[in-house]
This record gives sequence, structure tokens and C-alpha cells, in this order.
Amino acid sequence: MADMKVAAYICQGCGLGERLDTANLAKVAQKEGKAQVVKEHPFLCNAEGVAMIRNDIDNDAVTHVMIAACSRRAKTEAFGFSDVAVSRANLREGVIWIRPDDEESRETTQEMADDYVRMGCAEVKKMKLPGGNPEAATNRRVLVVGGGISGMTAALEASKAGYQVVLVEKAATLGGWAAKLYKRSPSHSPYADPQDTGVDAMIAAIEADSNITVYTNAITSKTEGAPGRFKIEISQESGPTTTEEVGSIIQATGFTLYDANNLPELGYGKSPNVMDQAGLEALAKVANGGPIKRPSDGGEVKSVVFVQCAGQRDETGKHLPYCSGSCCLTSVKQAMYFKDANPDVDTVVIYTDLRMPGNGEDFYRSGQNKGVTFTKGKVSTVEATGNTCKVNFHDLILNDQTAIENADIVVLATGQVANSGVDVDAKLKADIAAAAGDNSLLDAWNAAQTEGAVKPISVLNLAYRQGPDVPQLKYGFTDSHFICFPYETRRTGIYSAGPVRRPMDIIQATEDATGAAMKAIQAVENAAVGRAAHPRSGDLSFPSVRREGCTQCKRCTVECPFGAIDEDEQRYPLFNESRCRRCGTCMGACPVRVISFENYSVDTVGSQIKAVDVPDEFSEKPRILILACENDAYPALDMAAMNKEVYSAWVRVIPVRCLGSVNTIWITDALNSGYDGVMMMGCKHGDDYQCHFVKGSELASYRMSKVGDTLQGMGLETERVQTFEAAITDIERLPKLINEYADKISALPPNPFKGF
Amino acid sequence: MTEVVATNQTILVVGGGISGMTAALEAAECGKEVVLIEKNPALGGRVSQLYRYFPKLCHPTCGLEINQRRVKQNKRIRVLTMAEVTGITGAPGDYTASVKIAPRYVNENCTACGDCGDAAETTVDDAFNYNMGKVKAAYLPSRMAYPQRYVVDPVVIGTPEADKIKAACKYDAVDLSMQEETVQVKAGAVVWATGWKPYDANKIQPYGYDRFANVITSVEFERLSDPHGPTGGKILRPSDGKEARNVAFIQCAGSRDENHLRHCSRICCMASLKQTNYVREAFGDEGKSTIYYIDIRAIDRFEDFYQKVQADPNVKFIKSKVARILEDKEGNPVLHGVDTEGYHRYATPYDLVVLAVGMEPSVSAANIPAEIVSDSSGFIEQDQANGAIFGAGCAANPLDVNRAVQSATASALRAIQVINRVARAEG
Repeated sequence: MADMKVAAYICQGCGLGERLDTANLAKVAQKEGKAQVVKEHPFLCNAEGVAMIRNDIDNDAVTHVMIAACSRRAKTEAFGFSDVAVSRANLREGVIWIRPDDEESRETTQEMADDYVRMGCAEVKKMKLPGGNPEAATNRRVLVVGGGISGMTAALEASKAGYQVVLVEKAATLGGWAAKLYKRSPSHSPYADPQDTGVDAMIAAIEADSNITVYTNAITSKTEGAPGRFKIEISQESGPTTTEEVGSIIQATGFTLYDANNLPELGYGKSPNVMDQAGLEALAKVANGGPIKRPSDGGEVKSVVFVQCAGQRDETGKHLPYCSGSCCLTSVKQAMYFKDANPDVDTVVIYTDLRMPGNGEDFYRSGQNKGVTFTKGKVSTVEATGNTCKVNFHDLILNDQTAIENADIVVLATGQVANSGVDVDAKLKADIAAAAGDNSLLDAWNAAQTEGAVKPISVLNLAYRQGPDVPQLKYGFTDSHFICFPYETRRTGIYSAGPVRRPMDIIQATEDATGAAMKAIQAVENAAVGRAAHPRSGDLSFPSVRREGCTQCKRCTVECPFGAIDEDEQRYPLFNESRCRRCGTCMGACPVRVISFENYSVDTVGSQIKAVDVPDEFSEKPRILILACENDAYPALDMAAMNKEVYSAWVRVIPVRCLGSVNTIWITDALNSGYDGVMMMGCKHGDDYQCHFVKGSELASYRMSKVGDTLQGMGLETERVQTFEAAITDIERLPKLINEYADKISALPPNPFKGF
Repeated sequence: MTEVVATNQTILVVGGGISGMTAALEAAECGKEVVLIEKNPALGGRVSQLYRYFPKLCHPTCGLEINQRRVKQNKRIRVLTMAEVTGITGAPGDYTASVKIAPRYVNENCTACGDCGDAAETTVDDAFNYNMGKVKAAYLPSRMAYPQRYVVDPVVIGTPEADKIKAACKYDAVDLSMQEETVQVKAGAVVWATGWKPYDANKIQPYGYDRFANVITSVEFERLSDPHGPTGGKILRPSDGKEARNVAFIQCAGSRDENHLRHCSRICCMASLKQTNYVREAFGDEGKSTIYYIDIRAIDRFEDFYQKVQADPNVKFIKSKVARILEDKEGNPVLHGVDTEGYHRYATPYDLVVLAVGMEPSVSAANIPAEIVSDSSGFIEQDQANGAIFGAGCAANPLDVNRAVQSATASALRAIQVINRVARAEG
């Protein structure tokens, strides 16, 4: 490897030259930062300034570049030198824009800038240019688990893009739920009539597609590896176990209808004339366009009642609390089965809110035109006697208890229950609930552990340290709860699609599966070049562990939000780089600090902390370290600067990848070096978390809750270290918080460790 | 002249809102070359103008930051702002788009230092705040604007003020000689993601949006509630600046109505439920909200959010299509209609009325310069006849953010399928 040659470039533009003594900054870079090349420039980001840096890299063997100018969020492209290590000292948004332009502030403002130059030099010297993952794995095939509409769509779409697919279906034939339907609701204008499901055509296309290998009567009995190199054991019922190698996985295992046996008050099980939506589809298939017969006696059907939200949107805690989003469409479609065959059949849909968004409205209108009756009401009971049923309901328009007598068929619109496998966080969720005083989950979990209890069946059987399936968000669905990034599960390279992710209809499932296929092929392309997936997409660094220092404490393997780390036979952490999202949570967790990234490590941050020139205890110039999440808090501080908000000159801000990456050694280092306080700014955690790494800020807050003991051990006040939740919109709030905190710290005696 | 390097293996993404950015990023992060076209001076689209998202009540700029970072560091994406597609010729795998670029009068030398803004005196309507405020004629479109580059409004071009603005820039970034230009961009496939616009509330005559100052739209209410909006986040009604503590929300304003938009716009129920939170956030128990609705469409786990709002004693739900709005002497809008639950008439005054206006496509399919199959509302339908022009996000359907991103991700794959076919054919 070539020798390290550090160059520091100091910009004088945007007022930096007027507000700061840049010659002094250059001196600091040279004397203290030990930069071998130091240049000032009146306008560094213009073509000529950038060319100057480029030339030094190309012709003067510069390997490490420190740019003292604006925030790393500005002029990112201009300064995006990808072949050298680059650090940015934020003198514009971080110094001159947040300090008053007056004589009185000049000295402290300059000190701030001097420190940021010291920090930038210290950081860049500890950085290495990421070399890329040596274990880049290049299997580009896609595994699709589940052969319903979602799975078949994912398989066909990935194949159309030129990728090979392995499709595993538990049943004997492909088709899933859609294969059980007589027709589906419409997907094209004019959205007026039920249409063919298209399942047969899809099955034929799959059979004709040489890119797609199909296993039916089969399950994924073991999944191990990582994106680009998954190894899948496929077990077929009364057949051989096959091993397939794939690069990424789509889980499209669909849903099961909520069990109508839980609804005896609605007459289910009491009469064959009361059925769920699947039951009616089966009858419609038999009738095949002709009149549907009454199951109990084969008699003529004159009246049909559809009960919406049967066992759904339930506030009692007995049934499904959510809405399945597709049953209104289905009931309207099923009412049309009757109306299209014989307009004289009475069809009544009893609903509380009819939920048919988008062009569903046209289908609803078509139902009305065909004479389907819609009644806003809540069904209380269904009495099944002989060949007919009496449907008792509360009419919400007339505010009246009323009934429909003599219904020949009653269809219960029960909802979708996700086929998502084992809830890998069940114990964790139970523990959290129990800590909050609710033991119900913990009791249920304990009961499930007893011998003979029915164990949930895993879908993927992942051989991962953190459990056999993809984590669930809520109510058993595998969604990520990201609004902006719906595909990002906590298992890199494994994407869920269709109703296993959230309840949905066929139109949505098709779209969702196509998107999941996109992510799956992207995952294999990323893995092939050792590139991180979202949200640090493109990052070529990866975590490495210095084994000789490792105490096998397992904190990294437990805390990784993405399940990237397993344990080897000797119980050392075993990193699966292509599962890693580069958040650094493992690095923050490690008590012996043996985990690091090439461009982000305990040293890159620690050396910045130590580079700051801490004035002595008589100077009345406290120093406060701020560790700010680069995703939200740091941009908020930048925007505060654009607003020319003023905050204390005592602070020195270091952006971190996630608060989860903060190692407590940085805190103790800071305090040992004489800083008077440490502020940490991270994203909101909990149910509506905003952490881009899902669990990072939560783990940080847990870790920091223990810092108090360390402080007491050092004989320091607990106020000296505080964690704050910060949102990207806290543009006015953060400067205020900083100033309040600075006042609080100023009121304390100086940190007694100063000068040691 | 703007140079754009593109081939028939380039994906052209039209529209730089959340859907367009997503489609561009997903394709580029899969190794494809992308040209991303945005009509406005900055990326981000309509979501960047929202205060909070449902159901997490988190801030759209949080996700925007990540997406912008992805764009900044991805060399495969070329972004053209203030640009519109005026024509598309060719066939799948071999399109040429004409792209008209309006002059920004500021070049890439701009450091966003703000000196030009300080020099400008004229103010123009602030489009980011739905024209509810003013900005200087040299302005950064928003604090999150990407590209982070000022714009000089054409209104000052040719005046001495423009010269003053130019003189204020130390970096030679203001270029008053810029002209509108049209460039040709090659592409193998096109993702059309031009998003939605709020239905023109003036057309709903009985609600008097054009006559009553205190009848506003849901998108305007979003800006009023945002601490970085025109009122600093104070919910003040437009007529007299009084705090609007008693707010009515009218659902399906234009939607589910054959005289206006035939379709259900999907997001408006959740948006109004979310906005009742703004009223509570601003005034606590003093803040009252009433939602007039036909059906509350809080689909899947959004039901939780609905139930939470229902449990709030300060939020009332009335099942009714409001017949008309009149104004009393104090300038309060008065809602008239019949509550269908119990059939009684009401005439109820509020401080402020928010119309949950529906979504219509920003560019109706009929106005896309290519042959496109659409539904009766002008949204792009998926159809073989569209060739390799794929609708994404709210250009294809009224969708919430989550579903728009799914749709955009799917459209990126459809475009990649074409590009890969071209690549295979060309060996």
C-alpha cells in the first residue's frame, strides 16, 4: 500500500475568509493536523478548486483529503472523490452561520473553526478507503417462497428481467388463494364486472419459462447464508430434499382467512348456509355462471346477506383489530355473482364503512347499478333455522335494531391472517410489555414453551442467530413500518410481498410483488460487488472484528438490528457482510472495541474527540461534545444554520451513522479529556420509531441509561451526559436545547479531569 | 447548452417527487443509468410540502434526506430540474424525449450562500407554501432544496434589480443570459411519475372556496400547521388571523362524485384524521375537530389510527355529505346539511373549514406527449399498448406514500426489463 499523504484544503468562500483567520486554520492543519499538503482557496467548490484537489490526488500522491468548507451535506458531488479518504470540517453551517458576526464572538468562533480543522485532520488519518467486501458473493438467482398470485408475479417479473428463479409452493399446485376464486375483482377500466383470475395463464407462463424452477408440495426447511450466497434446503412431501443456491429471497406466503369458527354468534357452523368468502367462491365455481344453489337443500336462492368486518376491526380483543382492506371489494364482487345470474336475487351488504378506494369506487357504483343493496349497520347475530337465516343488525342510519328474515345464504367477510411464521421478537415484545406492567404476552409466551404446546411453524427456517423468520411488525404482518421505504425488512436480501406483509387485494399484491422482485434483483447486484443496501446504499465498507481482543460476550450478535451476525463454532461473532447495513450498532455495542469499519471506527470518532483543544479550568470556556445522528439531527443543525440560528461556541459536533453506533468509550474519553458535557441526539424510538436502522436509537438509549453508574464512578454529575430525541424538523428546537444545555453545564464547576 | 449523455439503455424518469426519486434510485442502485426530470427547481414533490405523515406522525423531510443523500452520491443519476418533457418519439428500447429546460438564471457555481437573496427586493408568491406567503425574487425553494441552488424569478429579468442580484454574487453563479432550451434525451424506457395535484376546489361551488376566506384546502392546512410554514405553525384563519380552534373537515370534497372526480382519492380520510392531531397539538383540549364523511377509509392497520382519533372526545364524526357552506357575520363558515345518522338537519358554524380535496393526476394521461391508456380520471393504466412507458405512483393511481413507493419500485423493474432486453440484444 502506498504511503499515507494527507492534504488539507481550506475554503475562503461564503464568508469564511472574512469571518475566520484562514491562515491560522492552515497553520493548525499543518502543525497539529500534520497535513503534508495545505492549501487555502478562495472558492474551493468551483471547477478550478476541485481540479486543484484532483490534480494533487493524481499527481502528488495525496491519499487522504481534509476539506474545511461547508457541511458534508453541501457540495457532496463536487467533493465526492471516490478514490481517496475524505473528511469534511464544517466551517460554514457548523461555525460562521451559527455564530454572531461581532468582535466579541470572534475569538470563540475562531477556536471552534480551529477545532473542526483539528478534528477533520484527525479523522481522515484514521480512515481507510473501503476496499470492498472480499466475500462478495455472486449468485444471482432469486428464491420465491409461495406460489400464489404474489409469488407467481414475483417469479415471472424477475425472470422477465433476465434472472433465474426458484419457486417453492407448499401445496400440490400453484395458484394459492386466487386459484380458489371463481373470478377476481376488475383490474382495468371500466371496473364494472368481475373478471377472470388469470391464474391458469400465469401457471402456463411459469411452466413455459425456462428461467423458473418450480417445487410444489415443498417447503424451505433450511435457509442459511446471506445475500448473494443463500443455501436453501427444499423438502418435498414424500420426496427428496434438494439444495438450491440463490442470491436473494422473496417471501410471498400470503394469508389464511380468519377462522369463522370463532364467530358462532354469526351462525357459522350452525348451518351450511352460513359461510365465509372462500365458501361462497367454492359454490360459485360449481355454479360456473349459473344460479348458485342453497347448500342446505339445493333450493333456489332468493336472498343473500353479506356481513362485512366479521371478526375484524374488533375492539373487544377477541378477533382481528385491523381492517383487511379487500373484503368490501370481494363482497361486492360476490353479490354480482348472484345479480349477474339473476337480477331478482336480493343481495344486501351490511357494512360500517365501505372501503373501496381508487377505482374501487367505479366497481361500487357498478354494484349499485346492478341492484346490490348497501346498508350501514352492525350485525349482532345470525340465527340459522332450517333452510334460512335471520340476520339481526343495528341499522346505523335509522339507529334501530332490525333484522333481515329468510336469508338463504349469509356470507361472513372474515379477514386476512398473515402466513408469516414464527414471531422472532415475541419474547422481546413480551418482556417490554411486562416491564410496562402487562404480563399477558409473557404468560402467553411461557405457555407456548411448555411441552406439548402447539409451536408456530417457521416459513423460512433461517439458520440465523436471531431466529428462523423475518421479524413481524404488528398483528403478524411482516411489514417494516417505514412509510418512505416499505421494502426494507430487517433481514437484508429477504423481501416480503403480498398479503403476508399487510392485508391487501390482488391489484396491490401484483404491484407489491413486482416491487419486491425489483428489490430482490437489486440485492443480488449489491451483494455481487460488496455494496451496502439501503439506507447506506453504495457504502463499500464492512465491519471487521479483531478476534484476539474479543471476549465472546455476544452483545454484537444480539443487538444487530438486521440479524447480520452469527456465532462460529468457537462462539466468536461471524459477520455476514452482505447482510450488514453498516449502521455500526455492533461497534457501539462492543465493550472491548474490537469491531470497526474502514471508514468509521472507534478511532475515527475517538481521535476527533481527542483532537479538540480543551481549555484549562480557569479559562471559563467549557467544552461540550455533541454526537448527532447524521440522518436527522445533523441535517436539522445544518438547516438551523441556514436560518442563522445562533448556538453556543462551546459545542463541537460529530455526526454519527446512528446513535446505535455510539460506543460508551467515546463518552468516557471525552470526560477524561476534560469535556464538561456530552449531548447525544438521535431519532425517536418506540412504536412509531423514526430510526433508519430500526433499533439503533432504542439500543443507544438503553445503553446510555447505564452511563449514570460510570459517571458516579468517576465522581461526575449525571447531567454531564444527556440523550435527546431529535427530529429533522427540530430546526429551532435544537439550537435552543444546545443553549440551555450549555447554560446548565456552565453553571456546574469545570470538569475536574481537565488538564490530566 | 445542457449536455445529457443518454443511450437506449438509459431509463428516463419523469417527475422528481417521492415516486420519481424512488424509481430513479432503485434503478440506479441496480446499476442502471437514469435521467431524472423535474419540473420544479428542486426535487421532493408534494410530500416535501407535508408537515407530517400518517400514521406515524413523522416528518416527510426525514425520508427525503435519505433519498437526497442517495441521489447525491449516485453517479448514475443525472438530475434535470425546471425541465419538462414536451415530446416522446420512438418505440420501446429506443425512445427520444424532447426536454424543455426553463432558465434558472443561476448556474452550478452557486454555493447557496444567500447573498443574492439579500440583494433582491421584489417578492414573489411562495409556491412551496401554496402561495400563502412571499419569497424574494432570488430564492432557495426550501431549506431542504436539492439541488441546493438558488433560483432567480423571471419577473426581475431585464430590470436593474437583476443586475444588482448578479453583482451580489461573488462566485459568478448568476447568469442572466440563460435562455430556455430544448434537449433531446435518448431512453430505452420511461417511468412517468408526475404525481398528483389537489382537485380545484373552486369547482365545488356550494362550498364557496372562491368566496369564503375561511374555507381552505387540506394541502393549505398542511402548510398552516407546519412550524416552517407561512404562519410559523400557528393555525390562524385567513380572514382575520384569529386562532382556528373549531375546525370542520369535509371529506370527499370533489372525490366519489360523478360531477367532479369519479374515484375515491384514498388518502383524504387518513389525512383529515391526521390533521385533527394538528388541531389538538396546537390548542390541546381547546381544539375541536369535526369530520363530515361518507365512509371512513382507514384501511388495514390504519384502523388503529382511526380508533385512536375516535377515542378523542374533541373529535366528532358526522356521517353526512355537506350540502353547502354559507358565511355568518363574523366570517365563520356555516355548514348546512343533514346528518344521515338520525336524519336531522344542521347549520353549524366553525372557525375554519378544511376541504379534504381529492387527488387528480398532475398531468392527465391525455396530456402526456405519447399514446397512453388511461382510466376515466386520467390516471395511467397498466397496458401493453403503452409500450415501455410505465406509470408510477400517483400518476397511475391515487395512492398514499407507502403505496406510491411500492408502485415506483415496481415501475423501476418494468423499465429494467426493457433495458436488459436491449442490452441482451446488443450483446
